[in-house]
Amino acid sequence: MIKNFKQLASYVGKYKIYAILTPIIVSLEVVMECLIPFFTADLITYVQQDYVVSDAILTKWFISFVEMIIPDKPLAVVGGYCILLVLMALCSLTFGAVAGITCSRASCGFAKNLRSELFDRTQSFSFENVDKFSTSSLVTRLTTDVTNVQQSFMMIIRTAIRSPLMFIFSIIMSIIRGGAMSLIFVVVIPILLFGLITIARKAMPIFKKVFKKYDALNESVQENVHGMRVVKSFVREEHESEKFEVASGNVANDFLKADKILAFNDPIMLFCMYAVMTFVCLFGSQAIVTGDIIIGEFSALLTYGMQILMSLMMLSMIFVMITMSTECAKRICEVLNEDTTIKNPENPVMKVENGDIDFKGVSFKYSQRAERFALSDVDLHIKSGQTVGVIGGTGSAKSTLVQLIPRLYDATVGQVLVGGVDVKDYDLVTLRDSVSMVLQKNVLFSGTIKDNLRWGNENATDEEMERVCKLACADEFIQSFPDKYDTYIEQGGTNVSGGQKQRLCIARALLKKPKILILDDSTSAVDTRTDAMIRRAFAEEIPDTTKIIIAQRISSVEDADIIVILDDGKIDGIGTHSELVQSNAIYKEIYESQTKGGKME
Amino acid sequence: MSRPMSNPRGPKMGRPTRKAKKGTFKRLIGYVTKYYKLPFILVLVCIGLSSLATALPGIFQNKVLTAAETGLGLVSEGNSAESALDAVLPDIISAVSVLICIYVLGLIASFVKTRTMAVITQGFLHKMRTVMFDKMQRLPIKYFDTHKHGDIMSYYTNDIDTLRQLVSQSLPQIITSCIILVTVLFIMLYFSLWMTLVVLFGVMLMLITSKKIGGGGAKYFVKQQKSLGKCEGYIEEMINGQKVVKVFNHEPKTKAEFNALNEQLCNDATTANKYANTLMPIINNLGHILYVLLVLTGTILYFFDVPNISISGQDLNIATIIPFLGMSKQFTNNVSQLSQQANAIIMGLAGADRIFELIDEPAEVDEGYVTLVNAKYGENGEITECEERTGMWAWKHPHASDGTVTYTKLTGDVRLNQVDFGYNEEKIVLHDISLYAEPGQKIAFVGATGAGKTTITNLINRFYDIADGKIRYDGININKIRKSDLRRSLGVVLQDVNLFTGTVMDNIRYGKLDATDEECIAAAKRANAHSFITMLPDGYNTVLTGNGSGLSQGQRQLISIARAAVADPPVMILDEATSSIDTRTEAIVSAGMDALMQGRTVFVIAHRLSTIKNSDVIMVLDKGRIIERGSHDDLIQQRGKYYQLYTGAFELE
Repeated sequence: MIKNFKQLASYVGKYKIYAILTPIIVSLEVVMECLIPFFTADLITYVQQDYVVSDAILTKWFISFVEMIIPDKPLAVVGGYCILLVLMALCSLTFGAVAGITCSRASCGFAKNLRSELFDRTQSFSFENVDKFSTSSLVTRLTTDVTNVQQSFMMIIRTAIRSPLMFIFSIIMSIIRGGAMSLIFVVVIPILLFGLITIARKAMPIFKKVFKKYDALNESVQENVHGMRVVKSFVREEHESEKFEVASGNVANDFLKADKILAFNDPIMLFCMYAVMTFVCLFGSQAIVTGDIIIGEFSALLTYGMQILMSLMMLSMIFVMITMSTECAKRICEVLNEDTTIKNPENPVMKVENGDIDFKGVSFKYSQRAERFALSDVDLHIKSGQTVGVIGGTGSAKSTLVQLIPRLYDATVGQVLVGGVDVKDYDLVTLRDSVSMVLQKNVLFSGTIKDNLRWGNENATDEEMERVCKLACADEFIQSFPDKYDTYIEQGGTNVSGGQKQRLCIARALLKKPKILILDDSTSAVDTRTDAMIRRAFAEEIPDTTKIIIAQRISSVEDADIIVILDDGKIDGIGTHSELVQSNAIYKEIYESQTKGGKME
Repeated sequence: MSRPMSNPRGPKMGRPTRKAKKGTFKRLIGYVTKYYKLPFILVLVCIGLSSLATALPGIFQNKVLTAAETGLGLVSEGNSAESALDAVLPDIISAVSVLICIYVLGLIASFVKTRTMAVITQGFLHKMRTVMFDKMQRLPIKYFDTHKHGDIMSYYTNDIDTLRQLVSQSLPQIITSCIILVTVLFIMLYFSLWMTLVVLFGVMLMLITSKKIGGGGAKYFVKQQKSLGKCEGYIEEMINGQKVVKVFNHEPKTKAEFNALNEQLCNDATTANKYANTLMPIINNLGHILYVLLVLTGTILYFFDVPNISISGQDLNIATIIPFLGMSKQFTNNVSQLSQQANAIIMGLAGADRIFELIDEPAEVDEGYVTLVNAKYGENGEITECEERTGMWAWKHPHASDGTVTYTKLTGDVRLNQVDFGYNEEKIVLHDISLYAEPGQKIAFVGATGAGKTTITNLINRFYDIADGKIRYDGININKIRKSDLRRSLGVVLQDVNLFTGTVMDNIRYGKLDATDEECIAAAKRANAHSFITMLPDGYNTVLTGNGSGLSQGQRQLISIARAAVADPPVMILDEATSSIDTRTEAIVSAGMDALMQGRTVFVIAHRLSTIKNSDVIMVLDKGRIIERGSHDDLIQQRGKYYQLYTGAFELE
């Protein structure tokens, strides 16, 4: 836990100066705040003892100082004290305000650095890393967790310094002022501390558990909302309500358990406060009569007593806050400490010669712990410029196979070579620039069509963009839009049809002028005629580029140079269409399932 | 120590604060007292007692100090300290004894209050959650289509959270503060009017300052929330689209864009926090200045012997000034408590208001009285109702006019007669739809997105009600059929699969809650899901979370088909149910489904024509109208739109 905080603290960076200044200024504020009752006590004593300077007054120097300027005017002394006290209050106010400002600079800057570092990290992650955390959890870590840590950081540099200081100063002051009377604190403080710590220690673990349950409860509500059609279709409303009532009741009971422990908090605190008050009233008043303390000290004792107890309260609150945020800190550190599994090699190859692709005895599984290999014993050799079709059932690892080529994942066993060189030896940027991939889950970003196309090549000219769009059969529909290439695409590309989105994604990939082009089921929503046109354009316009086409439709791969049949992570057959129709059972079956009844052409 | 935020991971999002409606507060208290009347009264009494215990001691400090002063006076008159002490001790002891009694009472009250409050709060929140959830189950689908899911969720997270804050902390705190303020004000007046006026002046000053600073802070907090939202949105878009980012080597650019957003957020957050962080020290130290002012006023009044005006008629002396100092602190503390709580109250009431809005939302109306019952043929061949599942169902149709009951066998004959429908008045999306699905037929709908395919199925199971025309199910107007029974007779498999947290087995069993494991496995086999399920780490007991996020889209569809299969409904609606399954698997699945649905009516919506080719009737929809209908062969012969689609000359979507 300490280690995590230490590591996080190193991200304060250039805001360090504020992080250091804050506690210093806060200390000054505390000193002022503690001096105010100290001087007030003297003032009261001075007034109460009919303006006689006795030994009970600890700031005789101040009175002498005032009398030096305006002699023999007791009211001047009173006024002098008041001016001094107001000045101290103003100082304290200024320190407090300045500390507030430096503190917000430090904590917000810290949070910014943390977010920025986390974001950089996630950008360098391989998909194995991302899969390990899951994207939603990564998003939470970058957002809510950082916000929570920021809050705690603010607490630590301000309040966590303030409270113990306040505590110590107040104790010292009350000993100076109250002498033996301050012994009451020796009795009360341990009781309070013990009480608060016991409560926190008992309640915290329960809270931690309940929060998890509470999250789960809310997730189940979310599921219910998303799945409302299912719920209603199966007429499961009552079933859901019953389930929810039980879960919600459980959460309420657990919360209640923790709350009941916390309910001791107030009474313990009050008990200590009341004990101090009673003690001071009972014995302080007697001590006044016997002359052991004076009235001014009596009031100072009461004030310090309150301050001591309040600072202890704050401490216990901070304790809770910090414990709560350790969980967040831990989760953030996990991301920071995660080593990306795909790194640039030491002396990377900076050029991809050609589009040859070779899989040599490749097996792959998504995580070290997975029992089953997603791909096993794949041997595949593709010559530069060839068109390769990949076909297979759901879960046959078609996407997995091609993701090894641009090193989105690394092969667990065996080697993947591009242009005769192991992909692990390439500079990552070089490799990915030469391998263009249109993903199954197409993502367009909010921005114009041009903005989206420029992902492929930032410096692409309008002519180049038009050229690739023609290749991908996208130019036609883009021209039909009123704003043509400046048409705005909504987030997620919701204002273009599925087929149009796919064609835009293909155009975007073509702009990279890749040596290898991979289409992962990316023409599924395009009609067969356009599909064919796109493939024809590929063959004519980019003959040297190796093209890998994953498809569901036989017609999409029919005319490929080689077709690879995948089944359950293994290659079931390789060959041309005519060969496979003859020899491969799976291929034949798919072919027949799609052409049964004969095409009317 | 206050209780930690109920959801440490969920920051309070900046939902627009709006003023709560009048009466919200009353209704809220109504809800609390409805379930917890006695505990609530108990809490009120305890709050009263404990606030008094906090406010009253000033009087006793004054008594004790007066006694001590008297003692001192005796000493200065030449008595020995011991005898002086003896003289005043009874006064001191009697004052302290009363003080102790008040304290003990206050302690007990405070303990009872916090415990009871915990019970009330948790119980109340539980009740509210259940009421909300129950209500939500009864809302029409339209509600879910027209409200963002995130907004609905926020009733359960943000609004319940602010409600908790309101009930468990703000309300008691406000009552406490008010009681203390009034009591302390009286005690102060009891001692001295002049000094009280000084305190009130100080309080005014504090209120004005906190309003100024607090107001500025609120503006920047809204700004901070906005930039936070933007930043989080960007993180989400980029992490979800990470494959694309990687494939295009776009990391440096996304980093740069993110840094700009991050910088903006940092600036806004710093400004907002500056306000928040400086408010407390300023208020605090204004309190100190007030403290000094009091001492000064006290001394001047004392020095010049200004006549004191007070309820008690006491003169002003040190014994009054000292408790006054303490009370002025109490007074200002409670005023700043109140001003802090004011915000929480406004937010809490707004949250309560939203929750009430959900509760008041009109529920799905159901005037249906025709019910679905298990049936068998009686001795004379007539249909009779029975308890056990016979595989035969009948509609039980009570006739109000003559009190008789007729039974109609459920066959799955669905007829739409000139149906018009629009999701709202202005925009009609279905025009003049007529169709006859005879028992055992497979009816397919083909058409572009938005042509109205799914809408038709939404009308059959009455997720929405038709604007004009009639839908009859086995000859009965579906408006007469009880909705739950109507839906039970229709199995639905949707394109967007929703799985629930739980085991695979639980998810399949969702279709029929009393299904045995064997029945579930049989259904999974029929849906061709068995083989992949057995490959999962724990087979059928594998726990699915996050809508089955560990599974592929196709696998999830297979499970949802198994779920529908176990329900074994007389009529099935398959809405793009196999869209993510490869054609070979699909062929196997649909063979299984066809066998299952032998003699039952099936509605199929599919993008892929191979899925629907063997349907009895194919309806081609365009812009809400049926433009072609017939069997595959008929339609091919017609050489119309369907022919174009089939030959790939025309693109869907």
